[in-house]
Amino acid sequence: MTASKPTATQAGATAARGYRSLSMPARYLINAALVVAFLVVGELMIGGGVVSRYQTGVIEQIGIYIILAVSLNIATGYLGQLPLGHAGFMSVGGYSCAIFIMRMMGVAGVTMRDFTSGSPAAMGLFVCGIVFGGVCAAVCGLVIGVPALRLKGDYLAIITLGFAEIIRVVMQNIDGVLGFTLTGGAKGLTGIPSYTNFLNTFIVVAISLFLIHAMMKSRHGRAILSIRDNEIAAESCGVNATYYKTLAFVASAFFAGVAGGLYAGCIGVMAPAKFGFMKSIEILVMVVLGGMGSMLGSVISATVLTILPEALRAVSDYRMVVYAVVLILVMIFRPKGLLGDYDFSMSRVIERIMNHGRRPEDFAPAAASASDAGDITSPVEGPGAPAAPSDEGAGKEASTHE
Amino acid sequence: MNTNISRRNFVKSGAVAGIGLGLAACGGNSGSGSSGSDTIKVGLMGPYTGDVAQYGLACRYGAELYVKQVNGNGGINGKQIELDTQDEKGDATEAVNVYNKLVEDGVVGIIGDVTSTPTIAVAQASVADNMPCVTPSATAADVISYSSNYFRACITDPYQGKLMADFAADQGYKTVGVIYNSGGDYEQGVADAFIEEAGKKGVTVSAPQGYPAGATDFNSQLTNIIATNPDAIFSPNYYQDDGKIVTQARKLGYAGVFMGADGWSNIVGGDEEYASAEDLEGCYYDCSFVSENKDEKVQDFIKAYKDEYGDTPSNFCALGYDAAMILLNAIEAVEKDGTAAYGSDDYRQAIIDAIASGTAEGVTGDISYSGTGDPVKSTLIITFKGGVQKVFKTIEGK
Amino acid sequence: MTILTQVLNGLQLGSIYALVALGYTMVYGIILLLNFAHGDIIMVGAYISWIVMSQLGLNPVLAIVLSIVGCAGLGVLIDKVAYQPLREAPRMSLLITAIGVSYFLENGAQLVFGADAKVVPEYFSLPSLSVAGVSPSANAIITIVVTAVSTIVLTILVQKTKLGKAMRAVSEDMGAARLMGINVNNTISFTFAVGSALAGIGAVLYSMAYTQATPTMGIMLGTKAFVAAVLGGIGSIPGAVIGGLLVGFAEVFVSAIGLSVWQDAVVFLLLIIVLVVRPTGILGRPMTEKV
Repeated sequence: MTASKPTATQAGATAARGYRSLSMPARYLINAALVVAFLVVGELMIGGGVVSRYQTGVIEQIGIYIILAVSLNIATGYLGQLPLGHAGFMSVGGYSCAIFIMRMMGVAGVTMRDFTSGSPAAMGLFVCGIVFGGVCAAVCGLVIGVPALRLKGDYLAIITLGFAEIIRVVMQNIDGVLGFTLTGGAKGLTGIPSYTNFLNTFIVVAISLFLIHAMMKSRHGRAILSIRDNEIAAESCGVNATYYKTLAFVASAFFAGVAGGLYAGCIGVMAPAKFGFMKSIEILVMVVLGGMGSMLGSVISATVLTILPEALRAVSDYRMVVYAVVLILVMIFRPKGLLGDYDFSMSRVIERIMNHGRRPEDFAPAAASASDAGDITSPVEGPGAPAAPSDEGAGKEASTHE
Repeated sequence: MNTNISRRNFVKSGAVAGIGLGLAACGGNSGSGSSGSDTIKVGLMGPYTGDVAQYGLACRYGAELYVKQVNGNGGINGKQIELDTQDEKGDATEAVNVYNKLVEDGVVGIIGDVTSTPTIAVAQASVADNMPCVTPSATAADVISYSSNYFRACITDPYQGKLMADFAADQGYKTVGVIYNSGGDYEQGVADAFIEEAGKKGVTVSAPQGYPAGATDFNSQLTNIIATNPDAIFSPNYYQDDGKIVTQARKLGYAGVFMGADGWSNIVGGDEEYASAEDLEGCYYDCSFVSENKDEKVQDFIKAYKDEYGDTPSNFCALGYDAAMILLNAIEAVEKDGTAAYGSDDYRQAIIDAIASGTAEGVTGDISYSGTGDPVKSTLIITFKGGVQKVFKTIEGK
Repeated sequence: MTILTQVLNGLQLGSIYALVALGYTMVYGIILLLNFAHGDIIMVGAYISWIVMSQLGLNPVLAIVLSIVGCAGLGVLIDKVAYQPLREAPRMSLLITAIGVSYFLENGAQLVFGADAKVVPEYFSLPSLSVAGVSPSANAIITIVVTAVSTIVLTILVQKTKLGKAMRAVSEDMGAARLMGINVNNTISFTFAVGSALAGIGAVLYSMAYTQATPTMGIMLGTKAFVAAVLGGIGSIPGAVIGGLLVGFAEVFVSAIGLSVWQDAVVFLLLIIVLVVRPTGILGRPMTEKV
């Protein structure tokens, strides 16, 4: 795992100067244990009826939006571009995953009921479908990314918006061209089996966050960050900007497709009209409010912004207006988003406790080198990413006791 | 260092806000859990905000009026009807959430949803609960195909398309132009059925013209249609679009007949006149409710509606009223029978059976069911004469 | 004759897009902001016309004047309240704010006026014409003429007046302009006023042609006009007009050959092709990279 290299050296360097730190396997173990604990507790609470079906539905949607926000964050926060077509990738992933699963159900001998009972064949089909959805979205991302990434800034924004609109129109009208029913046209694709549940949603969330985190901690991730900070400087240092921009863009599309696949199974209907410009904006708002380049920020704002409309149901008339005002105010008073590019690391917290509340900086003179190393690999620090959803989960679980 | 601290405060406040919101969200439901046996809890859902809010609100007003009337007459079996009203913004995701919330709140039946795609999502979700649902207005063929628990008060897209094609053949039209919103399930559904049936009846459909949702300029499509010299133009869209289409076609010099489906029903007579009286003269559309209908039931309903809200009710209001009637009639039958315990599985199944076998004397005609969730009801062909809508003829359901 | 009618249809549609695109271009030219709220300003203008004529029963001329003035005022207000505090902020924050303003206007309008369309009465009853077998609607002629006049006036304003000079200076280099004694904030506000007044004119022409005001009408109109502005080369006045006409003609052409369900896709495809071939649009200035 390339991810371990920089952190391991960093940890080694600081440990030599008296700062007690966790070894990499221990870090992974702690985070994996937290994720598993979260999944087990969540599953038990749902099974025991502590968390109602309505709340479970909302929690699943939170998971889906977390993937969407974090995946858009790759392109927006880490790569520093502003794509406005994320909903397009989501719809490609959703449609292809749902169509794949629906067509293959007969071949694999899986029935609707198997998805609820969780037979091995159904689970296999689910995994294949989600991956297929992600790959289809990634291919679209490649097709769109190659011409789009030649452009910059607002032009890139508008060209991605254009591509997403084209995807929407194609989903709406492709049946007429093909001559058989594929997407169901304007009516949408209906009768999608409900293959999404709490457990598999959050396993996918955890895996997605880990993969994105690992990518961003690797050599490739640093190359992407360097392009964001200064493309020309990065290129002059030998970073192949076109390659890495495309890579980030395709990765972003892939995970959006994965989220789309989950979404299709969660709702049971895919209607092209819902994946327009407004959906892309909704996801973008999550990333921006949370803080561009902060995985934790994306996770928190995806959670809050999914719960918010539910919590504000009572005042639904004013909901959207309030939402707009909040958006403007946050931008005016905290333009980099609520968290900026801060990120959370479970291991760092534990290390802090192990060192009795002192931070690496307090161990001068090692402070400079240690924090520098951290900054280079920032904004994602420490293998804390998989811990992020469990942290969120803790919040939700606490709330369900009410 | 300072920035670090402020960031950390933000993390904290963010986490606190998140948890607080979670609490608020959950606190919202826990209060409404206990429903005493002296009320009957019925769900009402639809889009009350967002860009299809006008249809949802109209259905809601109609349904609320009926419930108010029932409660005013002493309720059902001495129990008052308690409506649990939830907004789904016209979005399938929200609709499923709302549905789950209603189930959790302990409703015994649901009036809704309003537009097709969210209704299909709800229909799929409701199969597992066998929840009796009556949609006032979701016309897509799919809605009732998942299980026997879903019913609708309105006629379907394919039914209307076929009906209007037959009507066109009866009128002796040889060629008909079609213009429809290809981004809408309703419009596409009606247009497809119309084109298919027209072909069977020997009516030539010259170059059907779709337009993308949200379009406002129909000049080029209409120019194409007018160039083929049709006897009539079929425009099965919602009234705002139809108003623009008719107005623009007249400006382009088209003087012939327009035909439409029940999406036309608000084109005049509401707050706004979407096309002028002279532009609409001699046009036809099918619908099951029109305020000019002299039927006594209809006039009583209109009077009650006006007293309550001060407006003339639209087709959607009438369908909302009828959907509430269908569901409450069935609940009444079950309550009178008294064998099934309130809120049990048997109770829900009994409601479904009662809907399937009952007849509701609605303001959109007598509604009964013959084995599916599609109603058997009469349809009116409505025409415009001197700026007034008139019932041209009544077509009995089969 | 059908072809001539279609050409006229394209000119009319293209003119409205061009007028709206001019507003986008002006704002972008000066503060490099894609003003997402621009389409919604048009929506507000259409509602002002509806209130004045349909609700208050006042003179159509007053309705036109109030729509234009109201839009200009709204544009300045939006700039002062939402954009001015963000002059030094990252571009993306500004863009998000613009999206927030757009959201606010759409949902606010929905709250105030309801989701149902309102019918804007005819401003004037216009005679129908007939020239060489084609009967162009008077609306089309007025739309085309008003757009042409607006473009010429705007070009003169930007190229020949002192304020225009200030606008160009600010768009060139805000800091240097400030050093030269130009009141940057006032200049920007003025630009917003002019751009939004154009939106007001657009609102009147739109209401004349399409007779309805809805809370969401600005989204599609705004997006298409925005595409037009980018196509022509954002920041360029003749570019916006060319882009607008191009988009209008593309839509009409696609519809004319019977493929109108694809017309949105074709507009965006056109955009993509132009941007890939000429990344800054047809008349856009090439971007220079600063290290």
